Amino acid sequence: MYVLTQNFSLYWHGFLGTVQLTVYASILALVLGFVMASFRVAPVGSFRVFGTVWVTVLRNTPLTLLFFAVLLGLPRFGLVLPFQVFAVLALGCYTSAFICEALRSGINTVPKGQGEASRSLGMSFTQTLGSVVLPQAFRSVIPPIGSTLIALAKNSAIAGAFSVTELLGTYKTLSELGYNIIWTFVWIAVGYLIITLSISALFNVLEKRWGITR
Amino acid sequence: MTAHALQGDLESTALYDLPGPRTRRRHFLYGIVSTVVILALLAWILYLLFDTDQFTAAKWSPFTYKGIQELLLKGLGNTLKAFLYASVLSLVLGAVLAAGRLSVHRPVHWAATLCVEFFRAMPVLVMIFFIFVALKVQPLPALVAGLTLYNGSVLAEVFRTGINSVDRGQREAAYALGMRKTQVMTFVLAPQAVRAMLPTIISQLVVALKDTSLGYLITYEEFLHAGKLIASNLDYDLPFIPVVMIISPIYIGMCMLLSWFAGWVARFERRSVKTEAVDVAPAEPGTVLPGGPR
Repeated sequence: MYVLTQNFSLYWHGFLGTVQLTVYASILALVLGFVMASFRVAPVGSFRVFGTVWVTVLRNTPLTLLFFAVLLGLPRFGLVLPFQVFAVLALGCYTSAFICEALRSGINTVPKGQGEASRSLGMSFTQTLGSVVLPQAFRSVIPPIGSTLIALAKNSAIAGAFSVTELLGTYKTLSELGYNIIWTFVWIAVGYLIITLSISALFNVLEKRWGITR
Repeated sequence: MTAHALQGDLESTALYDLPGPRTRRRHFLYGIVSTVVILALLAWILYLLFDTDQFTAAKWSPFTYKGIQELLLKGLGNTLKAFLYASVLSLVLGAVLAAGRLSVHRPVHWAATLCVEFFRAMPVLVMIFFIFVALKVQPLPALVAGLTLYNGSVLAEVFRTGINSVDRGQREAAYALGMRKTQVMTFVLAPQAVRAMLPTIISQLVVALKDTSLGYLITYEEFLHAGKLIASNLDYDLPFIPVVMIISPIYIGMCMLLSWFAGWVARFERRSVKTEAVDVAPAEPGTVLPGGPR
């Protein structure tokens, strides 16, 4: 119990670090995932190929390998950035592949008649996608995107092992200070539970508000 | 006529008309421009690689030595060993936890639910570090135990979803024939559920295979660890990029092979007559959203 109260600022720093990583990487992943999903349904062949390769490769890359390559590899090309930026890049790119697949399968759940009807009304590609298909797809992608973002929050723990300030990394300092290691981990676990459960609560609210069962 | 209707792509939504001659020419132009941009990007990366001397003989010479090849192979073997243990154990744990969650006995049900929800919400790395640091376990058992707890809990949810997705008539018919609860589960529901969920189960095993690389962080001597040893060797001028260029295709290739197999199983099971009373799940790993699909 004392572990938390005596080292509150250390825990708080770690907690904020994890939240920051999660938020920035989520934004990057959502944007990149949206771009890749629109590439994958685009009428231009080379966009589709690019999107497919991006998703297939990143979905099958172990995240540790990606961190290893990005955090230790990119500096060798003379690209020197803070480790936190590298971590956000790695996490965001990795998760964007999953977001892309969630969005694409969401687009596919919209009945084809919807698209055909809007086509026959003379709507363009942008209009069809923007005002008919995506609003309906949005409702069915809430749970998979929530699930992906929870996975992202949990994956951010890997960044801690590559010396980025975040929650899991606090255990090292605390065990050097001689605190009870079991209690140290209990409080780390509580921190992660707070983050993952609040993301899932947020998405449950979104699901209640907008989700529909088709 | 829409584009996908003509191409016979039944899964997609009709987003745009079949392009006319002018649109086709414009798309062709876009295609050429984007291909050039992508090629230029690749060329730039290649230039950077040459510019920073990644292709010098000194950096690639270590891979010709037998000792280093054996080191890499041993690392790969250790990765596969951890994957094998973790996947078998997590399948067993998943089956046990799913049986617990479907149990009609309240205490068993609550215990299993608590276990599944807790381990799904916890980062797998925290569990591995806890077992490794706090319980002072050797790296391999710590890695396998962490992966088993996490993937077992996710698989439990997968199994449960599968059991619940079997057509209700199957269960009712089995009870009407006078079968007992356990018989209904083992002879009627579980076989169909496993068939339906096989693509998801294999995809979850891909997650387990990917996560074996976490062993690198607790000094388990797996594939990435072997790569790191070679990469930090001063004798060969720190061949970090060559190591990454050797390791990642092998790692990604293994995962792709397993993912492709999951997709193939999904297509196979969908055609099978034995999955008529249940929907075959797509080849995607299990969800981690608490209170997910019922």
